[in-house]
Amino acid sequence: MMPMLDLKGYGPSLLDGAVVTVELAFLSLLVALILGLVGASSKLSNNRVLRAGATGYTTLIRGVPDLVMMLLFYYGGQVAVNTLSDALYDAYDIDFFFQFDPFISGVVTIGLIFGAYMTETFRGAFLAVDSGQIEAAYAYGFTPWHTFRRIMLPQMLRHALPGVGNNWQVLLKTTALVSIIGLTDMVRVAEQAAKAERSPFLFFIPVALVYLILTAGSELFIKWLDKRANAGVVQGD
Amino acid sequence: MPDLITNWLNTHDIFTATTILHYWSGLVTTVQLVFLSLIIGLFLSVPLAVMRTSRNPLISGPVWVYTYLFRGTPLLIQLYVIYYGIGVIDGIQDTFWWDIFKAPFYPALLAFVLNTAAYTTEIIRGAMVATPQGEIEAAKAYGMSWFLRLRRIVLPSAARRAVQAYSNEVIFMLHASAIASVVTIVDLTGAARDIYSRFYAPFDAFIAVALIYMALTFTLIFCFRKLERHLLRHLKPANG
Repeated sequence: MMPMLDLKGYGPSLLDGAVVTVELAFLSLLVALILGLVGASSKLSNNRVLRAGATGYTTLIRGVPDLVMMLLFYYGGQVAVNTLSDALYDAYDIDFFFQFDPFISGVVTIGLIFGAYMTETFRGAFLAVDSGQIEAAYAYGFTPWHTFRRIMLPQMLRHALPGVGNNWQVLLKTTALVSIIGLTDMVRVAEQAAKAERSPFLFFIPVALVYLILTAGSELFIKWLDKRANAGVVQGD
Repeated sequence: MPDLITNWLNTHDIFTATTILHYWSGLVTTVQLVFLSLIIGLFLSVPLAVMRTSRNPLISGPVWVYTYLFRGTPLLIQLYVIYYGIGVIDGIQDTFWWDIFKAPFYPALLAFVLNTAAYTTEIIRGAMVATPQGEIEAAKAYGMSWFLRLRRIVLPSAARRAVQAYSNEVIFMLHASAIASVVTIVDLTGAARDIYSRFYAPFDAFIAVALIYMALTFTLIFCFRKLERHLLRHLKPANG
């Protein structure tokens, strides 16, 4: 370890915390993308129940702060597991229990929240696909699933990319909240170190820099992806 | 009606008069915090946005650095830096600043103001840059000075274009203010956390507060939609 990054001995644990942050962000992104695809497909489906469900989901998520949602899932999730565990033990003598840890709560909550934002992004992107393409696919005898996978998905990704990029940038910063429910990510390590050593700037500035590097790097990567995705499109229409 | 309320309060273990008053004081704190940071942030961001659109890099550069730093890092980090950082500034304990900043409210307010001002600056800048060139040329042809042009032409039309993005920022700020509870402020979320730990009833405590936030959010969305319709009424189709 370089002496510069030692930070009164907290350097290595800050680095571990940074890895936790990145893992959390990518796993949550995965959950959000899947939920977003499901949500957008439900919003655009002909089934009334699916549509209402997806609308309820996005409305609910947009009305409640992420931290409140996280606290609800973390503390509520544990109570739910305890209740279930008690009930199972009383009824069937099954000894089942697991600790609802902050990492899982974080992934679930952030995934759910950004799944709602991705739903809106993907919905717009699906609508931007030329309907003639879908008609042509049906005319070729494609099944709905085939049409979705071969025609809709590849063409909508180009339209979804800027929105997905924005959501990702916000998601990255939201991961900091998981330190509040006790996950030892880099924010929590920095907070504990700052309190113990009474030097907040020494620990929070490097963490802020890591976030800046992550967001700036993502910005460049999304720009590059966007350029590639639009390589075959005539600009200026 | 009063009997009904008394009865209802007496038949509940968690939602008694005490807890409801606790939620109420949390609501007051949240509204104060959000309202003050939005108002101060908005006042700061208009001149900052004008500076950000300047052609002189010595004027626009520092503003760009400021918005980039505050938009590229989490608000929680900014709050921690300010909240913990103020206490360790040499000699601050001897000045009057310490009386203001030793309670958590003002450090949190400062963090929120700086954060929302950064986002709002970029929103207003985006709207200013989108001013049609013809409007500016016309203003110049009328002999308007730079300041008059800004005041009469650029800013009013930018405000119209910025309203929608700004309403998102307002909602974002309301939701982000929940982290004030982390630095021991008893805002809505802080009240919910108190009630949770007192009764160990996560569902009651947090679902109740989620409903309050939802009511606030949808009221704000409704008001902004009205405002938008008012500001853009000259663009409505004639028979619409």
